[in-house]
Amino acid sequence: MIDKTDLWIVIIALAIGSFGLRFLFLGLVGDRVMPDWVMRHLRYTAVAVLSALVTPLVVWPAATGGHTDPVRLVAALSAVVVGYVTKSVYGALAIGAAVMVIAAYWPS
Amino acid sequence: MAQSDVMSSYWRGFRDGLPFVVVITPFATLFGVLATESGLSVFETVAFSVAVIAGSAQFAALQLMNENAPLVVVIASALIVNLRMAMYSAALVPYLGPLPLWKRAIAAYFIVDVTYAASAIDYEKHPNETTEQKLAYFLGVMTPVCPLWYIFAAIGALLGASIPSENGLDFALPIAFIAMVAPTLKTKAHQGAAATSCMLALALVWVPFNLGLIFAALGGMIVGAEIERRGLV
Repeated sequence: MIDKTDLWIVIIALAIGSFGLRFLFLGLVGDRVMPDWVMRHLRYTAVAVLSALVTPLVVWPAATGGHTDPVRLVAALSAVVVGYVTKSVYGALAIGAAVMVIAAYWPS
Repeated sequence: MAQSDVMSSYWRGFRDGLPFVVVITPFATLFGVLATESGLSVFETVAFSVAVIAGSAQFAALQLMNENAPLVVVIASALIVNLRMAMYSAALVPYLGPLPLWKRAIAAYFIVDVTYAASAIDYEKHPNETTEQKLAYFLGVMTPVCPLWYIFAAIGALLGASIPSENGLDFALPIAFIAMVAPTLKTKAHQGAAATSCMLALALVWVPFNLGLIFAALGGMIVGAEIERRGLV
């Protein structure tokens, strides 16, 4: 069971810290022009961070105790392929969800 | 500038945010359920979600607190998971930077994966929109997403342990991230950045405190930027 004082320390620290990270550039840098090389790197932040975030979750899912799960691999890869080919967020979400649902009800 | 232009940007953002409702609601509910199982009250669960408003950081903090990790480790790990918010903040400067400070502060609070990813893609598609229209789009994406993050955390906390969390619900988040990224892999630079990040994330999974994620992301950014600089796009 989590100690209440500890919990509130974490909540308050994360509230200040998370807002600080979000405000850091947008609030403090403002409309000063950023150098080209910074912008060139920032263009790839979303794709780089989200890829790095998602890959271990796909390959070693916590829900299976970190064991690679063929169903989750297939769901993830189909979402990549459908998202890339159709350029559709909906399409990628749908195929990923469909694989998970079909696998859940597959008679084994 | 016509008010109708601002409103049409707002509603375009709202429509682009809507698909993420199906992802946010189960994920927020799951946080509520898991928080309750860890002994948090409904009020504490919602306060957590309102204060931090970041899924993976909240889950990471909860997990580490359950493992009785030192408070410094809990806070540092969750903030490292959230370091990408600083990158998003920097990436939004060219678009939202000219706004007055209080509007930038409001936008900053609502910087999450979904609002950033949707806005970054939309701003590239509509480079001629005014700053006010860009803020309207950003807040439009936020509208169906962020309030539901709080509300469904409360619902999850109220439902408590009665919801089974073993139905592949854990995989809603990875699928959502993939669905966001895959359609943007349109240039060799984006593809190189993604491939590098994926491989580094797996290779660096042993690095403590989630730092592997940060190093992998930086590696991906460097590769993407280098491919672009060499004009191999």
